[in-house]
Amino acid sequence: MATEKQAFFNKLKKAYTWYTGGFLAFVVFLAIAEKMGMPRVWIGYIFLFATIGLYAGIGIMSRTSDADEYYVAGRKVPAIFNGMATGADWMSAASFIGMAGTLYLTGFGGLAFILGWTGGYCLVALFLAPYLRKFGEFTIPDFLGARYGGNIPRFIGIIAAVLCSFTYVVAQIYGVGLITTRLIPGVSFEVGIFLGLGGILVCSFLGGMKAVTWTQVAQYIILIVAYMIPVVWLSVKHTGVPIPQLVYGSTLEKVTALEKKLTVDPKELEVRKIFADRAAAAEAKIKALPGSLESEKAVVQKKLDDLKAANAPVAEVNAAQKAVDTFPKTEAAARAAWNKDAAVKARSGPPIKHAEVFPGKDQKASDINRKNFLALVFCLMVGTAALPHILMRYYTTPSVKEARESVFWSLFFIFLLYFTAPALAVLAKFDVYSTLVGSSYAKLPQWVADWSRVDASLLSVIDFNKDGIVQLAEIAIGGDIIVLATPEIGGLPYVISGLVAAGGLAAALSTADGLLLTIANALSHDLYYKMIDPNATTTRRVTISKILLLVVAIAAAAVAAQKPADILFLVSAAFSLAAAGFFPALVLGVFWKRANKWGATLGMAAGLFTTFYYMVLTQPWLRTIFGTKGTIAENMWWDINPISAGIFGVPVGFIVIVVVSYLTPAPDGKIQELIEHVRYPSLKGDTYRSSEAAHGMGH
Amino acid sequence: MEHITAKHKEYWSKNMRLTSILLFIWFVATFVMGYYAKELATINFFGWPLSFYMAAQGSLIIYVVIIWYYARAMGKLDEEYGVAESED
Repeated sequence: MATEKQAFFNKLKKAYTWYTGGFLAFVVFLAIAEKMGMPRVWIGYIFLFATIGLYAGIGIMSRTSDADEYYVAGRKVPAIFNGMATGADWMSAASFIGMAGTLYLTGFGGLAFILGWTGGYCLVALFLAPYLRKFGEFTIPDFLGARYGGNIPRFIGIIAAVLCSFTYVVAQIYGVGLITTRLIPGVSFEVGIFLGLGGILVCSFLGGMKAVTWTQVAQYIILIVAYMIPVVWLSVKHTGVPIPQLVYGSTLEKVTALEKKLTVDPKELEVRKIFADRAAAAEAKIKALPGSLESEKAVVQKKLDDLKAANAPVAEVNAAQKAVDTFPKTEAAARAAWNKDAAVKARSGPPIKHAEVFPGKDQKASDINRKNFLALVFCLMVGTAALPHILMRYYTTPSVKEARESVFWSLFFIFLLYFTAPALAVLAKFDVYSTLVGSSYAKLPQWVADWSRVDASLLSVIDFNKDGIVQLAEIAIGGDIIVLATPEIGGLPYVISGLVAAGGLAAALSTADGLLLTIANALSHDLYYKMIDPNATTTRRVTISKILLLVVAIAAAAVAAQKPADILFLVSAAFSLAAAGFFPALVLGVFWKRANKWGATLGMAAGLFTTFYYMVLTQPWLRTIFGTKGTIAENMWWDINPISAGIFGVPVGFIVIVVVSYLTPAPDGKIQELIEHVRYPSLKGDTYRSSEAAHGMGH
Repeated sequence: MEHITAKHKEYWSKNMRLTSILLFIWFVATFVMGYYAKELATINFFGWPLSFYMAAQGSLIIYVVIIWYYARAMGKLDEEYGVAESED
């Protein structure tokens, strides 16, 4: 059998080597076609349909209705390929598109995401992956159900898994919509979403985990190639060395020097003062409410009348007319509109210092910053080690040994992208600070116009002080465009822009695939099969899973089409919730034999409740929904931000499990046997039988 | 449980010791480094402030090595204590 395994591995290696070569040839071919004059729109279409078609092809080739293949890819995914698949599963639209942008905007503070989203794999490797693989069933609620006995822990597991995964999948589909509209100008956001949805569905719908795994490997290759090419190019341009990760230290020094210069530059100060004055004027108007509603209305009306009387140009009159027409009608509307004006205050400050650690106006502010940085790292790490769609992947390796190796490969492949993102942020920043800043408005690069047109919130460059020169303070840049616009910022051919968009699409689709499968499996396997109808046949279970997948996918697309404003918060919240809900129960389940049903049940509930309660106290959007009393500052515990609410939930979860377990009877002998069973990769005379073996579907 | 012998218990305690040591390294590379980031930032490391380098690259490399070492050491331990899976 060992030779058979080797033969399968060689076959995969050969297939993916050819695939990678073929993909590179395809990109080169498109580059040549572009040189010969193929229009840009075509390149966008070709990238979109070629990659989605490819994923669909893999999905169709891997179609299956066998339960072992559908749920865990037949448990024969070699460690290195499972590593790549986990990499694609893990790296979402947020990692691919958003990460470098966050680092660009926040500097050192953003590195909390880099640390948290990689260091969490140490916890996966040391505490979970090998033991879950030995347990060897299908889902994470499966483990909770078997280890703690009974349906209540399983049911809480289902709720937590569905909640975390659903918010996360909505964000992915949103990302798909964003990228499709970028690839094909003229397609509406909603159509983009449903196009992408088709790509997700052919794959996971037909072949479950098997199809998703082999597609994710293919998607990893595309996304890593797409991420590296522009960064290497920028690195050669600015440092002369093609390995950006090694040399961007010197670029960071240059950026720091430019920041110093721009902080005191008189023209920059002039623009920042314009913002400060505007904000102050808006604040004064808000303060004078309700009286200012009438007086301000008179001001805009008078301006219109004056312009009309003076026979001013039509454009100016129209603008003044618009100001009158859109003038807020009620006090509440005025308050909202002027609050928006007052928000430009954020642009009146000096540029952030990229390398500065824990900035703050005094020691206290800096300490609060440090506390939140560490708390965020903690929540992201523990959350990583608790997200069901990632943990589920370690069920698919052939053995415990390969599960351990597979965590190494997972982190290695993730590391390749994550240690590049900070380099990209610094290089892109240097490019903007040294070439865009100080250039003339008459000669703005094409990409500025292109991206401003897509969405003004992504990029706006406006000459506020009317001097014809771009000041840094006049540039408002959204984090999401850093990666997507890098090829254009660096002056690369359009085919690379298409490649990067295809990479972002691969990242979003692969994560969405894994998440949808997690939700559908939790509902079909755990809720339907294990709790409602234990006699259901395999075919019936797989069919139900497929139907649920379709329903959940459409529901997620419908939510994403609403463009929910707080989607980013929801995603980060998923980490804190998963951390508090799953991590204590899973880890104690393996390492502490005394942990029992009631301890785990109440511990999971208490962890989730504490985390959610803190968010309701301190997160603006949830505060309005629940009508929270008191100001945010009053409600905060030790100045921790709501995104890191898990820092309270995780310890509460651990404590409640320990205390309640001691107060209630110890678990019975069968469960003691299960614990021994998962602790040793192979155990002579092991009497524990998983339900998988009992159903004769083992290997 | 009769099938758990003293040898098995020794395997498990060795596993726990290895896990604790690696977890300690993980903790230092993450939280001790993070706590003293301001102090470490004064050290220049090939152009990067040391704390920036660690958070962007150094600690990540430590994580990869931790997991690599754990997989390797546990593979050997499995063989040594006769709990390795048979090739099937």
